[in-house]
Amino acid sequence: MKGERLMSIAKVLLVDDEIPFVEAMSRRLKKRDIDILTAFSGAGALDILENDGSVETVILDVKMPGMDGIKTLGEIRKRFPLVEVIMLTGHATVETGIEGMKLGAFDYLMKPCHMDVLMDKLKEAVAKKRKHEEKIIEARMKEITSRRA
Amino acid sequence: MKQNKQKTGNYYHLLTRNMLLAIIIVSVMPMILVSGITLYQFEISYHEKVHAHLKELVLKHKQNIDTFLREKLDNIRFLGTSFSFEELKKEDLLRERLEALQQIYGRVFVDLGVVNSKGIQVAYAGPFKLEKAVYSDANWFLKAMQSDYFKSDVFLGLRGLPHFIIAVREKWQNEKWILRATIDFLAFNNLVENLRIGQTGFAFILNQKAEFQTKPRLEMVPDREPYLGFLRDSGEFKDGVHIVEQDDAMGNKVIYVAAVLKHGDWLLVYQQKASDAFSELNSTVKIALALILLGAILIVTTAFVISKKMVTRVAKADKEKELMNDQIVETGKLASLGELAAGIAHEINNPVAIMVEEAGWIEDLLEEEEFKEGENLNEFERALKQIRSQGQRCKEITHKLLSFARKTDSRIQVVSINDLIEELVMLSEQRAKYSNVTIQVDLQKDLPTVKVSESELQQVMLNLINNALDAMENTGGNLSIFTRSEENNIILGDHVLIMVSDNGPGIPTANLTKIFDPFFTTKPVGKGTGLGLSICYGILKKMGGDILVKSIVGEGTTFTVKVPLRKTRNKEP
Repeated sequence: MKGERLMSIAKVLLVDDEIPFVEAMSRRLKKRDIDILTAFSGAGALDILENDGSVETVILDVKMPGMDGIKTLGEIRKRFPLVEVIMLTGHATVETGIEGMKLGAFDYLMKPCHMDVLMDKLKEAVAKKRKHEEKIIEARMKEITSRRA
Repeated sequence: MKQNKQKTGNYYHLLTRNMLLAIIIVSVMPMILVSGITLYQFEISYHEKVHAHLKELVLKHKQNIDTFLREKLDNIRFLGTSFSFEELKKEDLLRERLEALQQIYGRVFVDLGVVNSKGIQVAYAGPFKLEKAVYSDANWFLKAMQSDYFKSDVFLGLRGLPHFIIAVREKWQNEKWILRATIDFLAFNNLVENLRIGQTGFAFILNQKAEFQTKPRLEMVPDREPYLGFLRDSGEFKDGVHIVEQDDAMGNKVIYVAAVLKHGDWLLVYQQKASDAFSELNSTVKIALALILLGAILIVTTAFVISKKMVTRVAKADKEKELMNDQIVETGKLASLGELAAGIAHEINNPVAIMVEEAGWIEDLLEEEEFKEGENLNEFERALKQIRSQGQRCKEITHKLLSFARKTDSRIQVVSINDLIEELVMLSEQRAKYSNVTIQVDLQKDLPTVKVSESELQQVMLNLINNALDAMENTGGNLSIFTRSEENNIILGDHVLIMVSDNGPGIPTANLTKIFDPFFTTKPVGKGTGLGLSICYGILKKMGGDILVKSIVGEGTTFTVKVPLRKTRNKEP
């Protein structure tokens, strides 16, 4: 199991106030070699991100009691700018999903979504995140080598 | 309900009455006040004018009578001083003088007589046999002996006929003697009676005892009371004339004008009934009153008509307001229903998502080796597929519900009319199926998008579709929706045409002109508000579009909607 996890495609945080949904979804993602963490509220998600710097992508429900998806997104963008966010919305909140994209979310999906679609999006998001990180590392390396030179 | 209606009826009745009263008071009162004051002033000045006129007439008449009497007296005085007692004792001379006077004055002088100090008439010229008549006890003789000249009251005397005497006293050999002349009563009477005005105005003379000195008119009521009053006050007459209006014994108002004659011995009285003297004033007042009455009737009629009309309008406005309120309540109900539907749709969505995910999980598990050999693997897969597809169906239903329950939004957006129609057709399909109606759409591909409020256009189209379905509810039929763009139209401008046609019963020509009027409905009470099409009309006019209707009874109805294309035209992606 440990080896599987090390070989996982990505480390993803799933945030939704519907516990059964989170459980079912996380089981399915795990089965697809995703290293999954779960949170049931915006605040819980921020705590996890704070403690675990390896989270690459967040799947975030828009409609949640207390701190909703949009607010949580704002906080994530502010505090963890490298983490990509995929918004998950009900129908009534399509506009909110779009708004989220304007605020910097990677994409939005409507519930219930097809697992294949979700997986594709996740892969894209992770790839983007990694590419971004690589660029940053490259830039730093260049900085260091130029200093040495 | 009935009680309520009666209450409303009473309210409008009261409103009509109050309005009527207000209009009448503000218009009739000033008219009455102004006319009343004017009439009153007019009456006063007319009275003054008539009084002044009568005073002047009576004064002139008095002067005439005075002149007459003085002239006659002067004649006699001249005769008395021109001839001596001895000469005048000769009856021939006396007769000759009488004839001379009669030649000048006509029969005014009746006779002449010379009376000695003992009261015996020593000479006489005239038509009566009065030679040697004895006047020693006659009242006039006693009075005449006391002053130089004397004018008597009217009396019958020895001749038994009304007459009066003018006498002058002369002296001869220390003896007083008197020359007297009798004045013809008829001649004097004619002179006095000469003043006749209107139907009832006439003049007469009274002595100190209020006895008539001339013959009054026959219809005169023998009531001496007013005359006695004038006689008492005669010393205080201003300008020698006194005028007063008072009721006579019969209760009629009479104008009396009095003037003194013969140094206060006689009173010249002119009297006329007020109704006669003021007949012109009275007829003017009558005409004015008739005009005021006519004006008042006109005002009351107008006020009645105006207040009726106004109350009818108020009632109509109230009714419209009431219907509008009902509509608002209805709209509110619909809005809250919409919100409820949105809430339910959203709540259902989550469990559906969980169910779909759980089914997905089972699917995932079935892919593991241990299940691959299972007998019922195919059945499991079929069932899971079914669960997923039904979940998808739920998603679509909630999606439609949600997108439809969205709050009315008048924001201008880029709208694809074809998509909007397809969405509405999907929503209406179930209802159409129950009504046995088939919906056919003929939508132009690459129809340009329009920039309008999506929810407003949705409202218009839904209204038209629902109306068509209502029309074919019992009979069934075809509902066809057609879209075309008309560009480079010089007259109408660029626009998208949407035609909604049904083959229902059609609309009678009489109703066609009214169907866009607010509150016009042919649906049973409680079914339709009569606002749907008028709202559509309003929305389209606001957009700069139009809505037209064509209908043939028995064949069907076609509504044509024109939505303007803005200059920034976007082709559908």
